[in-house]
Amino acid sequence: MQSSLPLTSIPLSVRDLTVAYHRKPVLWNVTLDIPDGSLVGLVGPNGAGKSTLLKAVIGMVPKISGAIKIFGGTYAERRGSVAYVPQRESVDWDFPATALDVVLMGTYGRLGWFRRAGKVERDAAREALAKMEIEHLAGRQISQLSGGQQQRTFLARALVQEAKLFLMDEPFAAVDAATERAIVMLLKDLQAKGCTIVVVHHDLHTVPEYFDHLVLLNTRLVGAGPTSTVFTDSNLQKTYGGKLTLLEEIGEAMKRRDQRSKL
Amino acid sequence: MNQWFDLFASPPVIVADTQLWRSLSLSDYNTRVVLAGTTLLGIASGLLGVYLLLRKRALLGDAISHATLPGVALAYLWTALIGQDKSLTVLLVGAAISGTLGGVSVLMLRHFARVREDAALGIVLSVFFGAGVALVSVLQQFPRGKISGLESFIYGKVVAITGSDVALAAVVLFFVIAIIALLGKELKILCFDFELARSQGWPVMALDFLLIAMVVAVTIVGLKAIGLIMVIALLIIPAASARFWTHDLTRMLFVSGVLGGVSCAVGALASAAFANYPSGATIVLCACFFFVLSFVFGTQRGVLWNFLHQRQLSRQQEYQHLLRICYEGLEARGSLPSLSKLSTSEAVPISEVAERRAWSRSFALKVARELDARGLVVLRRSGDLQLTARGMVQAEEAVREHRLLEMYMMEQAAADVGQADREADYLEHGLLPEHLAELGENRSVGAPPPVPPSPHPFKSE
Repeated sequence: MQSSLPLTSIPLSVRDLTVAYHRKPVLWNVTLDIPDGSLVGLVGPNGAGKSTLLKAVIGMVPKISGAIKIFGGTYAERRGSVAYVPQRESVDWDFPATALDVVLMGTYGRLGWFRRAGKVERDAAREALAKMEIEHLAGRQISQLSGGQQQRTFLARALVQEAKLFLMDEPFAAVDAATERAIVMLLKDLQAKGCTIVVVHHDLHTVPEYFDHLVLLNTRLVGAGPTSTVFTDSNLQKTYGGKLTLLEEIGEAMKRRDQRSKL
Repeated sequence: MNQWFDLFASPPVIVADTQLWRSLSLSDYNTRVVLAGTTLLGIASGLLGVYLLLRKRALLGDAISHATLPGVALAYLWTALIGQDKSLTVLLVGAAISGTLGGVSVLMLRHFARVREDAALGIVLSVFFGAGVALVSVLQQFPRGKISGLESFIYGKVVAITGSDVALAAVVLFFVIAIIALLGKELKILCFDFELARSQGWPVMALDFLLIAMVVAVTIVGLKAIGLIMVIALLIIPAASARFWTHDLTRMLFVSGVLGGVSCAVGALASAAFANYPSGATIVLCACFFFVLSFVFGTQRGVLWNFLHQRQLSRQQEYQHLLRICYEGLEARGSLPSLSKLSTSEAVPISEVAERRAWSRSFALKVARELDARGLVVLRRSGDLQLTARGMVQAEEAVREHRLLEMYMMEQAAADVGQADREADYLEHGLLPEHLAELGENRSVGAPPPVPPSPHPFKSE
């Protein structure tokens, strides 16, 4: 499933992206470029469309309009260069599998149909677990892992995908302080290796410390660029403040109008 | 050797005539056919059920099996109208088509109409089954001969199983095993993390459809044996039972397949031996029996095992408490033995133990007797307790753990004396060797680690 097309320099380029759930817009005309090798925080209030943006990138939610390019190609062409880390709560951790089994799933994409994970994949998975400092838990049933350990398992799984662009949906949600530090170290480490990482994030206090680039989102794009220029009081006011509720009201009104016209 | 052979060739006259013996000895061709057919079916549904359960689609099997009824009824109607004899092939094709339609309807409702999964299942199940019931009432106006056997599709009748049914069951089982062997990894990622599977480019809709196709195939085979209402039991119960025994997917498949096969075999034999019991009912009851067995005795999640484990833990805590009190009692009297000579003739009265733990005297005696049996203390007739050499070693360890924790709580967590004692009491049983090493790091130099003095005077609790 790996693509042999040459990679252009922009890891992620979004043009005029609009996404709606049940006719209610979740993302409106979002246009942004993520520069190569950046560590990007994707920040905004609840329901701002942060997760939806990531899901639109990997084609999981249909877009109404707009274009998304990954290293100059479509997602289907660049799949092998992208690792997506879903929210931890999106899966049932009671599944009969060990931490190693879960990490091995990261290799399934490049294994392709019918081939099973062999020694090479197992070694890669153990190495990834070791990087997340949970190698000793490789054989542990996943339901017996703590929340932080489960998140580390998910990140180890992303590591074995050998991607160039990482899309992480709230990796810091409900993890302990030690895990948070480990994740930050991993992110910086990946960035040092030339990877580009986009992280959905909630904690404004840690934004300047963790991310060198920032995307502020509240249905529409409020700002995107280096953290030092984007992370300003006025931008945050625009993202979290009251002014954007007007947009939401228009959205609701459109939804009602659409419903009436359908009747 | 010959004697045994003769015994089986000509069973004792008294039981030879009974149907029960004929069924159980497999001397009857029909019984062997029934047994083979149902066992193959049970294994196939046990294996498939694991994936249905893990995909959280257990009830999809129910919707599909109910959705076969209109197909079966239409097939009867068609053969009756064109004046043909009813043929099994037509019936099964009819069932397969309407079953598949039902399964696909669930997926479509969910995907395109965004109806919640449980609602989609309810709609499809009731609408298809309702249509089936309506068609069956139309059929009942035909002469009885034309619609004979219809009832066995609803409730199941193993005696109706023929050699060709067995062949069909074998083919279905072969495909189920082949698909799981070839696509085990694809099905696993689909069931565990749908979003990851999609992001890696796996055709998740096609894989879901494959699951549905397999459910339809198993349902078709199960129609005759256990009927369309109860075939769902075979898809859910063995898989749910298997989860009590293991945390490993491969082992779960194995256990579920075996439980499915055995439930079907035993249930079918029971149905054949005691005629007039619908096989669907006996098979489901059999599967249920194994479920209860797994629920109670399962090694990974069974309630009995959990209970015993909990009890063993609390027992060990009681032992540690008693040993610690004996040690501290000796310490308070200033009669602890020196390191070179571990045993002591000094004793601690049982009343002191009971008082300090706030135990009843009889409970303290019970714990003391159990420790006596393990050779850790000697319980004298007077009710005094004397630590043995081995008991002394363990008591010293328990006291050391407790006090290290107490001091840690007082220094680090700013707990007062009483609080530290209580919390140490609670926490010491969860201590791992690495915690202990960390706690004792700054205090113990060289071996054996000394027991630190108690940070508080002893008092009854």
